[in-house]
Formats: sequence, structure tokens, C-alpha cells
Amino acid sequence: MASAGSHETYYVPEQTRLPFFASIGLILTIFGLGNVLNDIRASESSSFSTLIAVTGFLLLSFILFQWFSTVIRENHAGMNSDQLKRSYVWGMAWFIFSEVMFFAAFFGALFYVRNFAVPWLSGEGGKGPTGEVLWPEFQAVWPLIENPNAAIFEGPHESMAVHEWSLAFFAKYLPFWNTLILLTSSVTVHFAHTALKASNRKGLIQWLSVTVALGLLFLSLQVIEYTEAYGHYGLTLDSGIYGSTFFLLTGFHGFHVTLGTFMLSVMLARAIKGHFKPDDHFGFEAASWYWHFVDVVWVGLFFFVYLL
Amino acid sequence: MSAAHDDHHHGPAKGLSRWLFTTNHKDIGTLYLWFSFAMFLLGGTFAMVIRAELFQPGLQLVDPNFFNQMTTMHGLVMVFGAVMPAFVGLANWLIPMMIGAPDMALPRMNNWSFWILPFAFAMLSSTLLMDAGAPNFGWTFYAPLSTTYAPETVTFFIFAVHLMGASSIMGSINIIATVLNMRAPGMTMMKMPLFVWTWLITAYLLLAVMPVLAGVVTMMLFDVHFGTSFFNAAGGGDPVLFQHVFWFFGHPEVYIMILPAFGIISAIIPTFARKRLFGYDSMVYASASIAFLSFIVWAHHMFTVGMPIAGELFFMYATMLIAVPTGVKVFNWTATMFRGSMSFETPMLFAIAFVVLFTMGGFTGLMLAITPADFQYHDTYFVVAHFHYVLVPGAVFSIMAAAYYWLPKWTGHMYDERLGKLHFWMSFIGVNVLFFPQHFLGLAGMPRRIPDYALQFADFNWISSIGGFMFGASQLILLVVVIKCIKGGKKATAQVWEGAQGLEWTLESPAPYHTFTTPPDPKLIHAQ
Repeated sequence: MASAGSHETYYVPEQTRLPFFASIGLILTIFGLGNVLNDIRASESSSFSTLIAVTGFLLLSFILFQWFSTVIRENHAGMNSDQLKRSYVWGMAWFIFSEVMFFAAFFGALFYVRNFAVPWLSGEGGKGPTGEVLWPEFQAVWPLIENPNAAIFEGPHESMAVHEWSLAFFAKYLPFWNTLILLTSSVTVHFAHTALKASNRKGLIQWLSVTVALGLLFLSLQVIEYTEAYGHYGLTLDSGIYGSTFFLLTGFHGFHVTLGTFMLSVMLARAIKGHFKPDDHFGFEAASWYWHFVDVVWVGLFFFVYLL
Repeated sequence: MSAAHDDHHHGPAKGLSRWLFTTNHKDIGTLYLWFSFAMFLLGGTFAMVIRAELFQPGLQLVDPNFFNQMTTMHGLVMVFGAVMPAFVGLANWLIPMMIGAPDMALPRMNNWSFWILPFAFAMLSSTLLMDAGAPNFGWTFYAPLSTTYAPETVTFFIFAVHLMGASSIMGSINIIATVLNMRAPGMTMMKMPLFVWTWLITAYLLLAVMPVLAGVVTMMLFDVHFGTSFFNAAGGGDPVLFQHVFWFFGHPEVYIMILPAFGIISAIIPTFARKRLFGYDSMVYASASIAFLSFIVWAHHMFTVGMPIAGELFFMYATMLIAVPTGVKVFNWTATMFRGSMSFETPMLFAIAFVVLFTMGGFTGLMLAITPADFQYHDTYFVVAHFHYVLVPGAVFSIMAAAYYWLPKWTGHMYDERLGKLHFWMSFIGVNVLFFPQHFLGLAGMPRRIPDYALQFADFNWISSIGGFMFGASQLILLVVVIKCIKGGKKATAQVWEGAQGLEWTLESPAPYHTFTTPPDPKLIHAQ
């Protein structure tokens, strides 16, 4: 790709301590977390395990901060050739692809459960008498309110799905507002990008602030929704497969929105410091790609978890 | 500052810090390869325990629960610790040299991908020393064995899988970015060595399925610790859901472990047949077809679990389709050898053994693909024989072939050919004595994953165990060969092998610490 005549050297960094210590931070976090979970399950004190996990997480965060700072510093120093910048572009694009596949696993689980597992449990499809013998009363409906064995898995009183197709209902339906919020935020982050490309720093900062605010608003509405789910609907992680799929899909999405909001906030701080140039701002673009990605996932969620 | 800084070449740092903090693709490749070899010996030790217990009927050496821990850990360590890292190590060493790039695209992340692994495997292996014992639910960790009935160490197993996945994803991103972005001028996609092509496709597969594996272990984690019911029918979930999601990862995973092997064999056979590879283009398209098909065959692992008949038929036919592109490859390798001026150095011996024995493993795969027949074969030693034939004389032989083939380029010395040949013949005989009788055991009905068996299986089992000990012991020869080769030996030329083609052979041996900091002369790049 690089033309042979005007070859730029590809910057290969000298040896670095960052990744090795990041690995140590990561393993401490994970190992600590694993011990915390096992301690809780065994009803033992988990304070030491928590200490390990927190130490690891602080180390990991510190190293990642250093790592990104180094990369930004090198770019400002002009060490990154166009070819190197393309490596970052490819890297981010394929990272997002892997994230798409992560969500695909949970969406796939939802489809399988709704279309196959639950109907089969009620005796559909000639799958033998298992369901009928174990739980003859079980009725396949979705969202699943009555679980096959309510003694172990007490179902929710109510689901998060659309109860009636009316304006009055949607006006008070948080997921609907959340959809509008996220879709709007995709547009505002695009405006921020346009402003950046037009060297309009003020516009960039304003639109980016709006985007971050919308992200935070989305997250607060999610918190309200979860509180309602646990408090009023009896919809919890352990209320059967509907709760399981609902919370893992929306929960991991919410986690990604949190991450995306954090990324955009960092970009906002960098914009305020004057980091980006109209023709050199991949850090911002990567964060905005990520933001569009979490929006698209939400649209899928809104359709398959809430509407249909 | 940067220009002057980049122009003079740095050698490696001194001491341990070279290995801990390196960003050099050759160093990282070496780390991966040594790590893989260590895991190969560890996983091999577990296998020796299994074969020792199965040497005769009855319970002799270990209790059944520990036996289950051995089969589980053997599978996990070999798949995620030995085979995959070995291929990543080869990719690190070779891809930049093959495409004329100065290094991998993202050198710091490259170091991170590696250094996650030793920690992840230390955590996984440490479960052997915990009170609850190591994971004992098989490397396929089917729910509810791995959820409701799992030892508490399942938590560490789950997190170890997450870490391995993170490592693989970062490694794959790096490889894709390198191949797409770092090729020297003149190195068009259809001039790339097949090893680069097959790794590009493998990296794509990894990015597509490692997150799905992360997803399925995450569902396990929530079922175990947070009361969800993904895999529990009492809450409306389904243990079969586990199998679907797992095998959606698991089937592409087996191609992840064989596609780079195809690339290696496609490099070695032309060299020692002294002919160009027959059908380069068709090799590329066949690899891509195999990758595509790998996404739509997963349920052939689950024929007996209970599926609608349409599903059984679809997955049977789709599975059989894979024989077509695979057949293209075997045909091309054979056609490359046809009327070639063949010589039989150790890498070539391993490569030919690969073609023959991998094909055998492929044929038993076809047998297993036949749904009604699979009802008989399922979960027997026939399956064990099948996948060990594709993985040991398949993937592992290709890795050994690659090690012998490129060792002179890496170390600057020729390896000891006599020891290499000894290693090959011991391995070749050992592996067949080990796994061939397992076909008969399986067809006669011996189930897999049991520490004890009925008397009629005794003879083939002791034969198999003898083969196992022989194969295991002969791997120490490889260790000796490699160490001897690093320490000294006949000086290797740049070309090393008379018939070798490709940019890596234009570099002196051993390859300098930094190579192709300026792109190679486009005239050196030939069509394959």
C-alpha cells in the first residue's frame, strides 16, 4: 500500500513495560473476582479477595491510562506514519466486529429459547413426553411469566414487553424514550464529527457534551427501569429465562454504553485540551464508531426484547 | 528525532527484560512457541496419566474424579495452550517476514496477547491444587455438568477462558491488521504465501467465534453465581442451548486449529518436491469455503441430543460438503508431489505424514457426519480416534514440520537431521499405534471419558497405551533437537532449502532482529 518511492518508516516501538504489567493487573482483577464470587457462594468473608481484585483493577486502569497517553504522545510527536494510523483503523473495526459476535451469542440464545426451547417444553414439536411428564401444566408463552418449576424459579409478575400498542402507553414507556435518546445521540456525535472536520472546535465540544449527556441520561433511565423491574415487577436475574435473557442482553448493552460514554468523555476532555486536528483524530472516530455500534445493538434489543 | 532513531537497528535487550517487555515479532513468536511446547508437555503428561490408567481394565492409579479432571485439563491445555499458541507463534515469526513487513502492525498489543496466556494457564492449572479439584466436566464443558454439578473451581475455568479469548482476539486483530495493511509494495493478496492466507482466514474465524465462547461461559457464570436459568429447564432454559452456542464456537474452532496447518503444508511440499504449488488460487478459495462452511455445521456434534429431522439432515449434508474443498487441498498437495524431484528431509516427512493421516481423520469425519451412523459412533472412542487423527498427525505434525522447516532460519543452524528423522519415525509409529486401535474400540462400543472398561476392550487398550507412551517419550527428542540447534550445528545458508520460495529465504540465517525496515525489492516477490 505504501508507495515504494516515498517510503515512511513504520514506527516499531522499543521494548515496553506496559503490556506485561497490564497482564499482571488483569490476572489479579480476574483471580480476585473469581475468589470473591466463590467466597460469596460459600458464605465466607471475601474482603481479602476483594482487595486483590481492586488492587489488580487499579493497576490495570493505571497501566491502560499510561498506555493510551503514550500512544497519544507519540502521535503528537509525529511518529505515526499514515500506514500505522491505518493499523489502528483496522484494529478498531475488527474489535467492533468481535463485539458484535459477543452480542450475537446472547441474541442467538434469546431466539433459541423463544422459538425452540420454550415451545418444546410445553410439548410442541413431538419432542417426547419429557415436558408433559415433568411439568404438565406448563404453557409456552413469551414473555415467560410462569416458569416450568415455579418452586425453584419464581417468575416475574409482569414483563418489560409492550403491554398495549397505544400512544398513551408509549408516552410512559422508558425503553421507547431510551431508543429516542440513543438514536439522537448517534446524530449528535455525528454533528460533533462534522464540526471537528470543519475545524469548529466550539461545535465539537458542544455536540460532544450533548452526546455524553444523552449517554448519561440513557444510563439513568436504565437504572430507573432496573429498579422498577426488581422492585415492582419481580423481574430479577433468577426469575427464569425471561429475566435471564432480559438482564444479560440489556445489562451487557448498558455496560457497553457505560464504556462508550466513558470513551466519549475522554474524547471531550481531549477536545477541550485541543488534541484533535481536522485530518488527524482517529481516537475520536474510534469512540464514535463504538457509540454507533452500541446504538445499533440497542435498536436490535428494542425490537427483539421489548417490542416483538 | 524519530527518523534518526529508527534508522539504526537495535539488537535485543539483555537478560530477562528482553522477554518480558519485548515488542519484537520474532521474540514474541519465540515466546509463543516455547509456551506452546511447555503446554504440550503438560497436556501430554495428563494424557500419559489417562493412558496409564487405561492400560488395563479396573481402577489402578487414579480415582474416577481425578481421571475426569485429567481428560478435561488435557483437552483444554492442548487446544488452548499448545495448538493455538503454536500457530500464533508461527504467525508472529513468519507473517511479517513473508509479506515484507518490519514487524506486526500493533507490536505492544502483540506482547499483551502473549503475556496474558501464561497467567491464564497458571490460574487454570492451579485448580488442580485446590480442594475442589480441577474442572472435571470434559473440555466441552456441557451444562449442567459444568453448572449445576460443577466443582467450585469452575469460576476460575470460566475466567481463564475469558482471558484466553481476550488473548486470541487481540492476536487476531493484530494478524488481520498486519496482513491487510503491512504488505510490501508488490505483495498483492494473490501473491501472498498460503500460510499468510490461511492465517488471515483463521484470524477472521477467531474474531467471529471467540466472543461467542466468551458469551457461553458468561451465561455459565451467571447460571452458577447469579441464579439465571439459561441452561436449566426448570426456569425455562435448556441445556441443549449450551451445546448449540458452544458448538457454534467449537466447530469453527477445529478449523482454526487446522487452516494454518494447511498453510504450512502448502509451503513445505513445494519446497521438497521442487515444484510450484499446484492450484494456488483453488487453495485460497478452498480455505475460504471451509471457513464459510464451518459456521453452518455445528450441530453435527449434537445429532443424538434430539433435533428436528430437518435439522439433522441439514447438518449432515452441510458437513459432507466440507469434504469438497478439503478434497481440493489434498488433491493439490498430491498433484504438487506428482513427478516432483522429491527429497525427504524431516519437514517433508512430517508433511507427507500429515497429508496421509489427516486425510484418514477426514474420512472418519465423513463417517461421523452420517447422522444414523453417528447414533452408533457418538461419544465412543471412534470419535476420540477421529479428532486425534486430525489434531495430532494433523495439526501437531504440521507444527513440528514447521519447526524443522524454519528452525535454520530462526537459529542460523541446521538441526540434527538424524535425530529429526528418529523423532519423525518414533512419532509416526507411536501416533498410529496410539490412535488406530481406538477406531476398533469405538466401533465395538467403548465409551469415551471413562476410567474403567469392559474386559473385551483390554487388548486394544494396552496396545494404544504402549503407542501413547512411545509417542509421549519421543517428543523429548524434539526438545533435544531444538536445544542442540539453538546452541550450534552446521551454519545455515540464507536459502536453507534448495527449493524454498518466498521473502523469508532472502534474509540471512538467523534472520536479523529487525527485518524489512525498508520494504524488499518488488522484484523478489513472485507469484506462488
